[in-house]
Amino acid sequence: MFHWLEKNPFFFAVGVFVVIAFAGLIEILPNFAEASRPVVNLKPYTVLEMAGKNIYKNENCITCHSQLIRPFKSETDRYGQVSLSGEYVYDRPFLWGSRRIGPDLHRVGNYRSTDWHENHMLDPKSVVPQSIMPAYPYMFTKTTDIDTAYAEALTVKKVFATPYDAPNGTKLGTLDEGRAAALEEAKAIAADMKNKDVKDAVARGEIPQIVALIAYLNRLK
Amino acid sequence: MQSNAALEYDYTVAKLFTYTTILFGILGMTVGVLIAAQLAFPELNYLIGEYGTFSRLRPIHTDTVIFGFMLSGIWASYYYLSQRVLKVSMAESKFLMFIGKLHFWLYFVGALVAVISLLLGISSSKEYAEFEWPIDIVIVLVWVLWGVSMFGLIGIRREKSLYISMWYFVATFLGVAMLYLFNNMAIPTYFASGGIGSIMNSVSMYSGTNDALVQWWYGHNAVAFVFTVPIIAMIYYFLPKESGQAIYSYKLSLLSFWGLMFVYLWAGSHHLIYSTVPDWMQTMGSIFSIILILPSWGSAINMLLTMKGEWNQLTENPIIKLLVLASTFYMLSTIEGPIQSIKSVNAIAHFTDWIPGHVHDGVLGWVGFMTFAGLLHMAPRMFKREIYSKKLIELQFWLQTTGIVLYFTSMWIAGITQGMMWRAVDEYGNLMYSFIDTVAALHPYWVIRTLAGVLFLSGVFIFAYNMIKTITSSKELAQEPKNQSPMAA
Repeated sequence: MFHWLEKNPFFFAVGVFVVIAFAGLIEILPNFAEASRPVVNLKPYTVLEMAGKNIYKNENCITCHSQLIRPFKSETDRYGQVSLSGEYVYDRPFLWGSRRIGPDLHRVGNYRSTDWHENHMLDPKSVVPQSIMPAYPYMFTKTTDIDTAYAEALTVKKVFATPYDAPNGTKLGTLDEGRAAALEEAKAIAADMKNKDVKDAVARGEIPQIVALIAYLNRLK
Repeated sequence: MQSNAALEYDYTVAKLFTYTTILFGILGMTVGVLIAAQLAFPELNYLIGEYGTFSRLRPIHTDTVIFGFMLSGIWASYYYLSQRVLKVSMAESKFLMFIGKLHFWLYFVGALVAVISLLLGISSSKEYAEFEWPIDIVIVLVWVLWGVSMFGLIGIRREKSLYISMWYFVATFLGVAMLYLFNNMAIPTYFASGGIGSIMNSVSMYSGTNDALVQWWYGHNAVAFVFTVPIIAMIYYFLPKESGQAIYSYKLSLLSFWGLMFVYLWAGSHHLIYSTVPDWMQTMGSIFSIILILPSWGSAINMLLTMKGEWNQLTENPIIKLLVLASTFYMLSTIEGPIQSIKSVNAIAHFTDWIPGHVHDGVLGWVGFMTFAGLLHMAPRMFKREIYSKKLIELQFWLQTTGIVLYFTSMWIAGITQGMMWRAVDEYGNLMYSFIDTVAALHPYWVIRTLAGVLFLSGVFIFAYNMIKTITSSKELAQEPKNQSPMAA
């Protein structure tokens, strides 16, 4: 049979494909219906949080930070309650990471504040003297792309029926409403910050990246 | 061309991919050394403003080495050896020559655009698939072109029976096509929202745990179908050719091939042990990782036994030395991976430096050495000149071997140290170390790892110099060498 296959490339290729596709069919597909149920009271990201998540994604924060607390006492002592599948339902993509060069962030919102993040992102060593994390000063001046975040929220609402504008959920509304809501949220965060450039920008109606990122980090609980 | 005279093969495309192998090798590994140094000396994050942080550069390192260096090396070998094992020249078909060249140029331009997009901070954050959707489309086109090129050549072949190397190339084509397509399924938000925001942004079709499953089914098997399958295709051709020895066992190659195809795909979930993925999948990942030792060692042992009775060549020919050590590192790496997949070991190893350590003994030792050996074997045949210097190959070999050993030993220690520190408790059951303590403890190992990288990279520069000299100014050959590649002292 093998000699025959080696002389018939078409059937050889079909054979290889069947053999390699088998595992995916059995191992991956069955989980799709199962794992996509959200935990109770999980709300979709607000536009500002979504913008922060996109910064986290585009800057590849996952190269150093995980968002997955494993079921060991040493991990729950350090980071908080063990991670549940239903908590990740609105994460597209998932942001678990694969290497903890820095600590896990899945519940960082429980134990770090806006103020702490502000100092840390501008100069990590000022908060953690031995830190090897790079500073991100440009996030204090670059403006957040709110429109793209709104577009993403609208996309997941339309395509994946993510419950925006549902009772007790996250309001999305029109693009203008989305922009206004993001600015309101940004103002609340900027009020807890001390950087003058950031405060001025928010007062002008522009949202620096750092504000969106902090909104996202504060949500991680 | 029906006479018995030897065919004149056309190496135009193989040569182009040879050049990019060297180019992307230097680029990707230089970035690798830089980011290794950034962990030991964080000030190095600020060399080029926002474009030089570890988080921006790390995907550039991985993607340039995987899809630049390795894939170029694989395609250089493919365009060289497919003609030979199928007994047909690319020059016989104008169409296939055109497709081959288009394949190369689209790939090259696509790769440059991809690097720039990562540098600008456009990323989907899925490891080894960070490119956004427009670049994904180019990648799919490049892949289709390779498929047309390969099946076209198979279509006009004279040798009816496909040689083992071709099995592995066909499998590479199919495997990566399936994995890449499914993992990168995403919806561009600009179009779905009716023209709002950035055109580059997209949202993954899968969410949370499902996305993790698909990603690591891809991530693990991209390793299978880029780091393993086509590299085995190369060694099945280059080792017997360079040594003049027949493959030890056809049955063993059959067992290894079909075994590898069936088993490899199951093992992806070993990246998700103790995550929120269902327990049975994690266990399947563990079990199949252990089973995977069989087909992996099957290939490696088949290679080593091919050298039976001819071990003297190891001292005489540095290319054989590279090939044999590549097989040996393959054995090391494919026993280490299954060990890390055992749940209790994974509990310590996951999220630590042991993982990059494991990756690098595989990619530097196995893929790297195989690629260098392949290019060195092809050079005298493609450029009709002898290899410029045997001494330089020897020097490269020893620098790089030392580099690899330093790399994985330092990362083994760093990984296990950090894994143990994370879980260490005092007599009252409280955690003993804060997170930053476990980072500070790694500094010496990160310095050693940087040094290891410098050693390996120096070897790459020596290799590049040796190749350039071979191509441009080495002694010309009157006829094609049969087995051992001719080289000047």
